[in-house]
Amino acid sequence: MPRLGNLDDLAALCDALGSKREQSTRTVTMCAGTACRACGCLPVAEAVEAEIEKQGLCGEVLFRTTGCHGFCEQGPLAIIEPGNIFYAKLKVDDVEELVSQTLKENQVVERLLYTDPVSGEKVRTEDAIPFYASQTRVLLGDNTKLSPENIDEYLSLGGYTALAKTLTSTSPGDVVSTVQASGLRGRGGGGYSTGRKWEQCRQAPGEEHYVICNADEGDPGAYMDRCLLEGNPHAVIEGMAIGAYAIGARQGFVYVRKEYPLAVRHVEGAIEQAHEYGLLGDNILGTDFSFDVKVVHGGGAFVCGESTALMASLEGKVGEPRAKDVHTVEHGYLNQPTCLNNVETWANVPKIITNGAEWFAQKGTQNSKGTKIFALTGQVKNTGLVEVEMGASLREVIFDIGGGPQNGRAIKAVQTGGPSGGCLPESEFDLAVDFDELYEAGSMMGSGGMVVMDDSACMVDVAKYFLTFLQDESCGKCLTCRIGISRMLDIVTDVCEGCGTPEQLDLLEDLAWTVSVGSLCALGKTAANPVLSTLKYFREEYEAHIEQESCPAGVCPALIHYTIDEDTCNNCGLCAQNCPYEAISGDKESGYRINGEICTRCGICVESCNKKAIVKS
Amino acid sequence: MDLARVDAILEGRGSEPFDVMEVLQDIQEEFRYLPEDAMRQTAEILQVPLIEVFRLANFYKAFSLKPRGRHLITVCTGTACHVQGARKLGDQVLGQLKVGPGETTQDGAFTVETVNCVGACALAPVVIIDGEYYDHMTPKKLRKLISRIRKVDAQEEETRTNA
Repeated sequence: MPRLGNLDDLAALCDALGSKREQSTRTVTMCAGTACRACGCLPVAEAVEAEIEKQGLCGEVLFRTTGCHGFCEQGPLAIIEPGNIFYAKLKVDDVEELVSQTLKENQVVERLLYTDPVSGEKVRTEDAIPFYASQTRVLLGDNTKLSPENIDEYLSLGGYTALAKTLTSTSPGDVVSTVQASGLRGRGGGGYSTGRKWEQCRQAPGEEHYVICNADEGDPGAYMDRCLLEGNPHAVIEGMAIGAYAIGARQGFVYVRKEYPLAVRHVEGAIEQAHEYGLLGDNILGTDFSFDVKVVHGGGAFVCGESTALMASLEGKVGEPRAKDVHTVEHGYLNQPTCLNNVETWANVPKIITNGAEWFAQKGTQNSKGTKIFALTGQVKNTGLVEVEMGASLREVIFDIGGGPQNGRAIKAVQTGGPSGGCLPESEFDLAVDFDELYEAGSMMGSGGMVVMDDSACMVDVAKYFLTFLQDESCGKCLTCRIGISRMLDIVTDVCEGCGTPEQLDLLEDLAWTVSVGSLCALGKTAANPVLSTLKYFREEYEAHIEQESCPAGVCPALIHYTIDEDTCNNCGLCAQNCPYEAISGDKESGYRINGEICTRCGICVESCNKKAIVKS
Repeated sequence: MDLARVDAILEGRGSEPFDVMEVLQDIQEEFRYLPEDAMRQTAEILQVPLIEVFRLANFYKAFSLKPRGRHLITVCTGTACHVQGARKLGDQVLGQLKVGPGETTQDGAFTVETVNCVGACALAPVVIIDGEYYDHMTPKKLRKLISRIRKVDAQEEETRTNA
């Protein structure tokens, strides 16, 4: 790769790569994100490449594997251009037909098309799929157009021209003003004005300034950042470089979870390729600006998603947060001014520079601009990554894009914002999704996790789940968080086991308040949200556990038991074979029985029974 | 324990404050846990107090102070996996292997761990075995997977003995 000496070199290269891209008439794009890989996309991709060669289409057809497209549940998936034909759930056996029919003969293979679970009809093109049609895919859209392992693909779409424009014709102060005017707010959960943060950092005196990309996405149920880093690492690097120029930094760090090996690999590869072109390193594009990025691997602690804890971890210490009255924009990494933003925030920056602050500010609501990516998961028909304009309602996301409940059940709640967020009932689904509305309703947008729960979920169990998580992840520095969460968990456990009392619910609310005011960082400050929101909207479930000693959803193990209905049972013995605890005994002649003392009420036997003879009560 | 392997990891490290974390992660990768001698060596070469090294090893989930088994089963317990039945998968493992999260089977074959989210939520519930992701897991599929690994191991063992 030749080093790009100036802006003209970059423009010429982008043009050349862009026109080469336009020349390729037929393209097969396959998603190779982590989820599709888990569904076996790699063997299919290899088969497609081999088949293209075998059928003599090399040179005519461009094949690429990309990062996540978002519709994870339908993987392995392919998009074929021209025609925007969308094939879902591909298998190696389908490849021959795909190539011979669609690529050679321009025929659509009906059986490979996606079937909309709501209408039951086949959908021919990607654009027409309801899951995609209702989205505004500003960031995710690029994921489907480029191979994250090849910088040329990013350049062919005009990549790094935002950086070039910034370096050659904009002053650092103007960059900050543009970002401020766009109204961009931090996508990591806090929602602080990105422009204001940059300005504060720029003004702070220090020997060195640093920028950090927070890719320690630890929220359970959220994976937007993983997919951006995996699918379009250069957008993040370019955003960081623009930010570094604006605040006067020469060094940046990407702090990424070790649980995301593919993201690590792609971002490391991207940094290397950017170096080769001279888009990172000394005197970028022949200017005075020098900037480098290092990837640092997180040690797997949820609390390190908090900025001060993350910086402590970068300094080789345990990831304990500190009081935030000393701002990290002034005293951050190594006590120097440090600007930390999350992956999605950085990825938005090149778009804002390219299209202008106004373009960005047109989208969204009054105080929450642009689009936001959500991880729509749980008990909903279409699961995956969803990008919508700020201000879309929860109902639009869950029903229009998500397709509503699975298996004809009723949707009961949606959990937004991870362990810091809360559970909102169906009656609140008309709320607009933005930073402020969700907060007022007792939840928060957080980084963008959206876990849908149907009537098979017990909300007390959900509260217990989050408290267990938070107890495990609390770093232990603040007493209120360390002890308070444990005590809240004790109470909720009592409720789940049917031995709670009504007074305990008041105590729970008291404790929630204490934990939130007495803890330093957001983990403790928001730890009570899952409890408070479930108490607010689903109090009757708590009361049923306490007063009737029953779990309405039939989830809490202590309040249910299983029996085998002798009339329905055909003595096949599958339940006994499948019970991991060997709690079912008997034989084909005398029938089978569940030993209540050994049984842990895991419910595995219910799933294994073909006759539905195991009854939960 | 082969200290030369630790020295190779430590080579050229120490200029950045986060090197100690990166070194420990590499040691974890190399040995599948953090042997005491390796931590001592790290403390000495990087001139970090041993207690600090031990503190890091204790604090971060990436590190294990006990040797891990030959196979690592990681059950994701993220919210999406939880509502889609991850608890049953934990039950399946506990019942079948008689070990819970953080424990290793007596024969050293399996270590079981849980993780708070691997970011494959659309495929929930997810289990990762030796780095391979398995989507939409059920207790039955998991039981068969574990049995298959056991069988393959037994066959390999037999080939080795015969050879």
